[in-house]
Amino acid sequence: MLELRSVTAGYDRAAPVMRGVDLTIAAGASVGLLGPSGCGKSTLARVAALLHRPDAGQVVIDGQPARGWRHRAPREQRTAFGVVFQQPRLSADPRLTLTDLIAEPLRAVGRAPEAAAVVPALAARVGLGKDLIGRRPHEVSDGQLQRACLARALVLRPRWLICDEMTAMLDASTTASLVHVVEEYRAEHGAGLLAVGHDRVLLERWCDGTTHWDDLTGGL
Amino acid sequence: MKPVLSVQGLSVRFRMRGGSHVSAVTDVSFDLAAGECLALVGESGCGKSVLASALLGLLPENAETAGSALLGGLDLLTADERTLARSVRGRRVGLVPQSPAAHLTPVRTVRSQLEESLRELAGVRKPALRAAAEQAAERAAFPAGHLDRYPHELSGGLAQRAATALALIGDAPLLLADEPTTGLDRDLVDRTVDELRRHVGDDRALLLITHDLAAAERIADRVAVMYASRVVELTDAPAFFGAPGPRHPYARGLLDALPEREFTPIPGMPPELTALPAGCAFAARCDRADEACAALPGLVAGAACHHPHVNVLESPRA
Ligand code: SF4
Repeated sequence: MLELRSVTAGYDRAAPVMRGVDLTIAAGASVGLLGPSGCGKSTLARVAALLHRPDAGQVVIDGQPARGWRHRAPREQRTAFGVVFQQPRLSADPRLTLTDLIAEPLRAVGRAPEAAAVVPALAARVGLGKDLIGRRPHEVSDGQLQRACLARALVLRPRWLICDEMTAMLDASTTASLVHVVEEYRAEHGAGLLAVGHDRVLLERWCDGTTHWDDLTGGL
Repeated sequence: MKPVLSVQGLSVRFRMRGGSHVSAVTDVSFDLAAGECLALVGESGCGKSVLASALLGLLPENAETAGSALLGGLDLLTADERTLARSVRGRRVGLVPQSPAAHLTPVRTVRSQLEESLRELAGVRKPALRAAAEQAAERAAFPAGHLDRYPHELSGGLAQRAATALALIGDAPLLLADEPTTGLDRDLVDRTVDELRRHVGDDRALLLITHDLAAAERIADRVAVMYASRVVELTDAPAFFGAPGPRHPYARGLLDALPEREFTPIPGMPPELTALPAGCAFAARCDRADEACAALPGLVAGAACHHPHVNVLESPRA
């Protein structure tokens, strides 16, 4: 279970973007969080993925309260999450080939040698063939780069996936394709999902349930 | 009636280092009449934004063009930069940009940006300027109370309206909207495109470039689907989104991928624009492909396909 308990967070303590928010996702379940652009739902996604320290409240991951944020989060908690953001170009190191990009989290946890065994299959799973994975971000399209970012999010086999507007820039077919990869992974590994977005039709089709930002925050 | 914009055989190639070429737009033709909205849809990298750049005379140095794009007698492809800057951009083509926040000047208020455009494009001078700016804002439903704000103080929807107000100032006969709804939530998408549609009225034409099929369905009269640099289907919007549906297998696949429809992706990915096949560029992903598809299909009856889906409701001709 992933729980946000009474979380207050933002970038200015005097004016938090959310106050006292509770959100619970059962193990293996998926929740779609809907809200207009710029409302602060990305901040919530970052808090849930231990990437942003809340001003108050708790994040509890499978019964364990979060014990740190960003690189100070303990490894077993940090690696419980795979995160995909809206803009692949902002989250991909332009110097890395897609192969190295996908392997990045393995390297970060000292498991680089596993990359050779894991990355090709994972790349194929997100639809990236041999000819593409040797390229660097500027040599591929946004859609292809987002496929690589999704593979990167899956490479440590996380128990939780956080997808923040993962498909907002993508065409219908690439969107359907990435969502199918996520759902296939979840079916295999029983992972839970928080999908944040503004497209009601998409999130209702994708997730077990949806909740609206205004209902979470009481329209703050 | 004479079209507002007539694009004939438009091709754009980029010369790359090492002598290779990227074919970004290949042999595209369409007319756009006053009062009409044409949606140009396709995925990122299909060539649709290069086509927009070509119409605005904003192609990079290494681009080679062929064909023509006539806007009231002026060929946008051969016009010099001076003509484009003085009499085309803003005056004959109004651009509604992809990210209004980036398009608006961050250090100046909306009012001062509107006033500047009014001075430059419409020759309005003080003391009439203030009222004219308020009128321009009103046309795009931008609230007068927000005119003295800076772009970063605006919501996404208001920034979009500010950008639209700017695009409308020159009374350009052609409005070009390049992904105007990216990242907006559905309600705002609907409102934004409805407003664009309203501005088209009877005497302007709108070219809506988008990957958002729902936005296209909402306001387009006709749809052009681009795939791997070519227009593969060009047809009336109601027939495309409703019955009988798209005729080209790619266009059909794209619609079926929508979450409100089948939500099934098209297998595979588009070919590289540096290495387009000689025949149909969709063949590797198409379940209808056969030997005939090794030859390039022409755009016949609205679809560039050797085996298009046919209208089952159409009675066979005697
Ligand atoms: S021409 Fe052939 S390969 Fe191309 S879309 Fe039509 S049937 Fe498919």
